[in-house]
Amino acid sequence: MMSIPCPWCGPRDEIEFHYGGQAGVAYPQDPHTLTDEDWAQFLFFRDNPRGAFGERWLHAAGCRRWFSLRRDTVTNRILDRHDTRTVGQ
Amino acid sequence: MAEIRGESPLAPRAKLLAEASVPDVLELGEIPFLTQVALRLDPEGAEAARVGAALGAPLPLAPGTSVVAGDLLVLWMGPDEWLVMGEQGRAPEVVSALTRSLEGEHGAVVDVSGQRTTLEVAGPRAEEFLNKGCPLDLHPFSFGPGRCAQTLLARTEVALLRRHGTTPVFWVLVRSSFARHLAGWAADAAAEYGARDTLA
Repeated sequence: MMSIPCPWCGPRDEIEFHYGGQAGVAYPQDPHTLTDEDWAQFLFFRDNPRGAFGERWLHAAGCRRWFSLRRDTVTNRILDRHDTRTVGQ
Repeated sequence: MAEIRGESPLAPRAKLLAEASVPDVLELGEIPFLTQVALRLDPEGAEAARVGAALGAPLPLAPGTSVVAGDLLVLWMGPDEWLVMGEQGRAPEVVSALTRSLEGEHGAVVDVSGQRTTLEVAGPRAEEFLNKGCPLDLHPFSFGPGRCAQTLLARTEVALLRRHGTTPVFWVLVRSSFARHLAGWAADAAAEYGARDTLA
């Protein structure tokens, strides 16, 4: 069980959260100009590092806000949060 | 023809909760039909100040806090989301007052009184009892009077609120459709307190 620091509610148990995958995947500027391969890369292909990984989490059973943090995929240690509190999104 | 009447979500479990209660140790009971109004708006906009003025107390902006505004209670539910609670039957009046103070700004005021019911957990064993199904630190140092949190209790999404008072009193706001599950869990979890002579 991980303890995940929600930027709003503080540390809570992992079961209160949903995982949102890799953080910082930008929507293509002009999707129409992409080749099918590039579009597939955007849609389906994600990093899978051994070590630090920036990812999105949703505090589903709490304040229901999305946020980002960096987690070590080997040790599950939370390295840092690179998301400040955002009301929107 | 049968008379039509409303029944609160935990009315069928009132006897169970009463039997599970142990006077002066742990008391369980439903507070049915409380007014609940969901409020969403930009916390930094002028409408937040207007709503605060209409309620008589500024909206709580710190996570996990609540304020008492006259005979209403305002709970922080998210950075742009609050729950306004009051006695039964206040909803239409509260909704119209809040809607008026939005003055057409982007926001939402919705009567959600039917969404949840309130389970009151009172007594010196209340924290210990709740911690059987919820890992939050409920000690008064970290979860004092007026603190609230949305979390999981017995795998059920709830909002917890510690009421002001000398003895511990918690309100557990639970979705109506999960209320009977929670009441069943509560009766089971409270069973050990029934043997009073083991407590000393």
